Amino acid sequence: MSDIQLEKVKKNFGATEVIKGIDLAIDPGEFVVLVGPSGCGKSTLLNLIAGLETITDGNIYIGGKRVNDTPPRDRDIAMVFQSYALYPTKTVRNNITFGMVSRNIPKAEQDAAVAEISTLLQIEPLLSRKPGQLSGGQRQRVAMGRALVRKPDVFLFDEPLSNLDAKLRIEMRTEIKKLHQRLAKTIVYVTHDQIEAMTLASRIAVMDNGHIRQFADPATIYEDPVDLFVAGFMGSPPMNMLPGKIRANGAQYVVSTGDPDEEALAFPLPAPLAQRVSAMEGRDVILGLRPEALFAAGTELPGEYRFIFERPVSVVEPTGPDTMILFHHTGQDIVARVRPEDAQPEGTLFSFEADMEKAKLFDAKTTLRI
Amino acid sequence: MSRKNISGIVQQRGPQQTLMRSLLFITLGIFCLYYLAPLIVMIATSLKSLEEIRTGSLISLPQDVTFDAWGKAWSTACVGVRCDGLKPFFWNSVAMVVPAVMISTILGALNGYALTKWRFPGADIIFALVLFGAFIPFQVILLPMARTLGVLGLAGTIPGLVLVHIIYGLAFTTLFFRNFFIGVSDGIVQAAQIDGAGFFGIFFRIVLPMSLPAIVVTVIWQFTQIWNDFLFGIAFTVGDSNPLTVALNNVVNTSTGVKEYNVDMAAAIIAALPTLAVYVIAGAYFVRGLSAGAVKG
Repeated sequence: MSDIQLEKVKKNFGATEVIKGIDLAIDPGEFVVLVGPSGCGKSTLLNLIAGLETITDGNIYIGGKRVNDTPPRDRDIAMVFQSYALYPTKTVRNNITFGMVSRNIPKAEQDAAVAEISTLLQIEPLLSRKPGQLSGGQRQRVAMGRALVRKPDVFLFDEPLSNLDAKLRIEMRTEIKKLHQRLAKTIVYVTHDQIEAMTLASRIAVMDNGHIRQFADPATIYEDPVDLFVAGFMGSPPMNMLPGKIRANGAQYVVSTGDPDEEALAFPLPAPLAQRVSAMEGRDVILGLRPEALFAAGTELPGEYRFIFERPVSVVEPTGPDTMILFHHTGQDIVARVRPEDAQPEGTLFSFEADMEKAKLFDAKTTLRI
Repeated sequence: MSRKNISGIVQQRGPQQTLMRSLLFITLGIFCLYYLAPLIVMIATSLKSLEEIRTGSLISLPQDVTFDAWGKAWSTACVGVRCDGLKPFFWNSVAMVVPAVMISTILGALNGYALTKWRFPGADIIFALVLFGAFIPFQVILLPMARTLGVLGLAGTIPGLVLVHIIYGLAFTTLFFRNFFIGVSDGIVQAAQIDGAGFFGIFFRIVLPMSLPAIVVTVIWQFTQIWNDFLFGIAFTVGDSNPLTVALNNVVNTSTGVKEYNVDMAAAIIAALPTLAVYVIAGAYFVRGLSAGAVKG
């Protein structure tokens, strides 16, 4: 098992700075997911770790060894590509053994390794086929087999599931997680799918525009986002962001939201938050409420900081287990997650309840969490 | 990979459509005949005796089929002062075309691979310059090339001609392979790098086997160009080292005696047969290569 250390890593393509000084310490055996919107540099960062791109500035250490100038073959890594990148003219067996053939590993050892991996991934019947004769899920398994067979210290995954259909993706996701539990190797995994990130990672690095915004375990990323970007990126449907102002309402502090031409809503802040905003009266803030913090009034166990208000339903979106009810406020559609039996048709006045203990508050200017 | 079946598409039917369809096929038939006529006349004439050519008409089919003209063209016709037929020159051409096609194809593949999968600063400029080579007229390089061959001591020899064709062909072969490899996923090369293969390892073990369709296209192109070339052949070889095209010209242009049209026709067909064979053989591989290698990712 190896750890990976990135030290002020920078990467330029010509004049464009793609990675803008990243520090990251990945512990041995950890499953780290790099997540972010397309173009944020996550794949480039992975290629830098793999050695497929040359680092512009900074240092990369794998297992304590500085690998800035080490070619990919000597980094003791294996990689699974988004396009699978199987060798089309080789059989599945030869695809898997190619790395060992290149390294002149004895035939008997190769056969033993192939046997072990093909049993693990259940691809024995496919060994003599060519990639063109395989389905997407089978190709994915072969690509993983090719990576696993050499038993490297570090696995790199570059959006490995994004070419699969939804059902298969969920299956393979579980398998990758099981695989990590069994092998306990260090994994760096790139995806743009925040659900993949949440389900797989021991720690998530949320990237944006060449920077890491937050590096923490999934629960912290979800419940304790450092800024608007992280809060908005994680979660589906995304967190509702309501611009408003801090106001004192007697002993209470509230966030007052709403456009001038609509009836304002005054969301009361729970005690810990209220303390932090006590000196900020009149400040422009953004109130973040995840859809699950908004539900039909009276349908959840009562809590301390609840706020009940009424708004007409504008759109109803059933998803099966939950129904999303949208209403118009602050010029946007706000999503509430209700039980299907509580849903009401479009146009009816609906009584919403907000769990303010789950509310997040962000500074409108700096976008940082308050 | 699976071919779309288009025979099931619903079409309009009726007397008017039938009429138009018939007209279409009649027109196509006329054009076929028009293009095939020269070949038919050539084959027919090559199978006639001189007697029959003199008395019969040009387009009549041979009454007594005889292969005498073919035999003469192959082994006894006079090329210049030598009367051994086209045989020695045919083998000259083979000795020229095989190494020239092989070497220019391999080098073109290597160029295309390096230009697309091992990008280096200035790769695009180099490719543009190589591409420019495809547009240089043959005549422009005659004198400098003659001088170069002289300096190398290859003037008037088949190896000299091979060298000329390799250099001239590189522009085209590089273009073909570069355009093929640009469509090959970079991920495959990256995966092979992580698997521990180097520049040539990836080239010979991964990339070259994938490029069968490009190889076939390039071989057909290069073979046709080099086999049919006349200008370089006549400019850079002398007498016994002439390629077949030059010898054919000498057979046809012999000014002594009676004009033997049947021998001329047979000689011309002999000169054209190898390119035809390459089309037929490589063409079959081409189609097979397309469907076997067309694996995305």
